[in-house]
Amino acid sequence: MESSSFILCTAISTCLIWSKWNWKMKLKQLEGYLGNLEQFPNAKVELEQYPTGPHIATRMFYMAENSFGHIGGNFVADFGCGCGTLSVAAALLGAEYVMGIDIDSQSLEIASLNAEDLDLDINLIQRDIRNSTWRGSVVDTITMNPPFGTRKKGADMDFLFMALKVASQSVYSLHKTTTREHVKRTALRDFEARSAEVLCELWFDVPQLYKFHKKKEVDIAVDLWRFVP
Amino acid sequence: MRLLTHNMLSSNIKGVSNGFPLRLDVENSVSKEVEFNPDFLRNMFSKIDWKALVDAARSMGYAELPEEAPDSSMLDSDEFLKKFHHALLELHLDEGALICPETGRRFPVNKA
Repeated sequence: MESSSFILCTAISTCLIWSKWNWKMKLKQLEGYLGNLEQFPNAKVELEQYPTGPHIATRMFYMAENSFGHIGGNFVADFGCGCGTLSVAAALLGAEYVMGIDIDSQSLEIASLNAEDLDLDINLIQRDIRNSTWRGSVVDTITMNPPFGTRKKGADMDFLFMALKVASQSVYSLHKTTTREHVKRTALRDFEARSAEVLCELWFDVPQLYKFHKKKEVDIAVDLWRFVP
Repeated sequence: MRLLTHNMLSSNIKGVSNGFPLRLDVENSVSKEVEFNPDFLRNMFSKIDWKALVDAARSMGYAELPEEAPDSSMLDSDEFLKKFHHALLELHLDEGALICPETGRRFPVNKA
């Protein structure tokens, strides 16, 4: 009896190690794929187009899939998808239906090429998230890297407002750490989210894309949030 | 554009109170095979607007779906699920427009 339970124990722990190792490989591969995607050739400052770095995107999807199981087999939408980094990540991790939405047709063209290069099926549509209307609760999960609202005040909260109306299960999003209290209050009190939690704090490296950027690269502290609508 | 996407779009025009569903003006539609996943279809069945799907599929020439929303016991039938799968995920509006049901304004749809 003792020996058999021992065997069982070993089997379980081997299994755990195996799945951990498997995830590590998966993440490395994911980060590799995302690192090779085409990004904005002429970033538009008014839209606050900053590509989501492969490391940050990978963290987001690791949490969403490994801790919550909200990607594989799900309907995932990417609000303000830009060149499609998060959409591609969702598709690579086995989302059943992926929809990328952006206002900028040039970015969508690149997103479409990125998807094609990897032979992924992504549904791209051109729409202004901030002035859009949807029939809610069809999408399971929304993953997004919204504009931070630095150039256009409130753009970040407009995205979150819309995401919480459209997603039925959860919203994963990035917001500047300096806005943490504001984000929490707005999500819970004004947007009636059932929960709002910071999963981790990350560094978002913003490369020198625009003329007003004086430094070559700036690191901004951002929070990875999970909201339950 | 697939009909699952269509099923969640509502007209963006300011002042429109009932912008769903958008009507389809189909110039060209195609069908592309997708892997059949019954679990996903069962999940989506409870979320989509049935009538909007049936009407959209009809305007693309596919009339195999029942007019009335079937009850959930149909979700055990492979035959039904395959039709639902085809309408929801395999039909694409390739060229044409979506039309706001209240104002008649057209939103062009094309492949790119």
